[in-house]
Amino acid sequence: MDNTENLVTIRNLSFSREERVIFSNINMDIKRGKITAVMGPSGIGKTTLLHLIGGLLPPEQGSIEVNGQNVHRLSRKKLYRLRCRMGMLFQSGALFTNLTAFENVAFPLREHTSLSEDKISEIVLQKLEAVGLKEASNLAANQLSGGMVRRVAIARAIALNPMLIMYDEPFVGLDPIALGVIVKLIREINDDAGMTTILVSHDVNETFRIADYVYLIDGGKIIGQGTPKQLLEYADERVQRFIHGVVDGKLPAHCLSKISSLEDSTELASC
Amino acid sequence: MLKLVNDIGEFGVEFLRGLGRAGLLLFHALVRKPNVRKSFPLLIEQLYAVGFLSLLIIIASALFIGMVVGLQGFNTLNKFGATAQLGQLVALSVVRELGPVVTALLFAGRAGSALTAEIGLMKTTEQLVSMEMMGVDPLWRVIAPRFWAGFIAMPLLAMIFSVIAIFGGYLVGVVWLGVDAGAFWNNMQVAIDFRTDILNGIIKSIIFGFVITWIAVFQGYDTVPTAPGISQATTRTVVYASLAVLGLDFVLTALMLVLA
Repeated sequence: MDNTENLVTIRNLSFSREERVIFSNINMDIKRGKITAVMGPSGIGKTTLLHLIGGLLPPEQGSIEVNGQNVHRLSRKKLYRLRCRMGMLFQSGALFTNLTAFENVAFPLREHTSLSEDKISEIVLQKLEAVGLKEASNLAANQLSGGMVRRVAIARAIALNPMLIMYDEPFVGLDPIALGVIVKLIREINDDAGMTTILVSHDVNETFRIADYVYLIDGGKIIGQGTPKQLLEYADERVQRFIHGVVDGKLPAHCLSKISSLEDSTELASC
Repeated sequence: MLKLVNDIGEFGVEFLRGLGRAGLLLFHALVRKPNVRKSFPLLIEQLYAVGFLSLLIIIASALFIGMVVGLQGFNTLNKFGATAQLGQLVALSVVRELGPVVTALLFAGRAGSALTAEIGLMKTTEQLVSMEMMGVDPLWRVIAPRFWAGFIAMPLLAMIFSVIAIFGGYLVGVVWLGVDAGAFWNNMQVAIDFRTDILNGIIKSIIFGFVITWIAVFQGYDTVPTAPGISQATTRTVVYASLAVLGLDFVLTALMLVLA
């Protein structure tokens, strides 16, 4: 067990797909107990970063340490053991479609523990209650709505009480109510269970509401980092263009004037 | 000309690369410390899906094929006044060739394609990768039980096919066309040799089961994770498995005849 302040440390990470450079020599620190968001336009490799942290992809260069262990130097057995302490919410939810919501949440418990069925049932129902879906435990995965799928997937990801939970675009395609529920859940799960969260998203408003620290990536490099407030005041034009959703050219004057006075990031929606 | 050589070379390299990947997949899926307590229920579940659910098509096909062989055989043997040999003809055709080969082709179409589509869809919907992220090896959890189920089910289905097909030949020859039942069964018993006929048929079906299931699970696991990708992988499973079965049947038959 590593007791340093950072749960995940990324150093000099480079990764390419064929000719295309996804990451070029990037460094990141994910602090324990905090929600760290990784943001950037679609297709810049945010999901790839989560796959690299989870050891699903090998980096071209550099290292990724989770809890003091270099993910890509671990044996298969040790990597699988480490993954038991990492939960991940995939963009699609990735629930097992032949299982019910209950069975999906019970899956990691049955695979990795020798708990009795009664105990497993108790834990599963507790996790489903935490995401507000105890009543839907017997529904098949294909009977769940998009928002419900995400919540069941969150319950499954936290079933083993991991130290790290990674969310891949958790806000995509949700209605405002489901969105609000997920945003609240991510914050509550992080704080109540003392987990560390990595949140990958391009949704500025929702992410800025809950993130403690934000990395903004574009063109394979980190173009900005800091708390949401610091990013709102960032001088780099590329950062401001992303935050305000400006397609090209200069930022509209009314947005520029707001940057300095904004306290609540949600107001940015009007820009 | 140079382009042709280049294309052939590229095809060869791609083929060998695929074979290597398929070999590694099988190696990693099968070579590991056994965990009977967890693996056995998964195997039973897959035996049901791959084997039991294929029974209906196997039984129906076997019955019709046996009846056709009986009818054609009777028609030909009748010209020589040798209809008493019908049992022998039906049994030899079915046990040596039709049983293993037709079962394998049906198995590739029914169970092989289903295996590929299921695994391909699991890959496309990120179920396999989510399993990996939960610290569960999909090769052990998904691939291995499906492979063993296909490997075990195929010879059993081929045996059932042979029994039903012989019964189909009996229905047409004895019940319908009036061949003497005693001659039908007795000539069959005399002509069939356990080692050269029945055992060789079983060996063929075991090898076919291995090859079909290997192709099916590999195509599913290696699929491009898109809807057309799954469709192409499923088609490849049926085409490759059918060709492999027909080609291997010739090789195995030749080998068995030489050894006999």
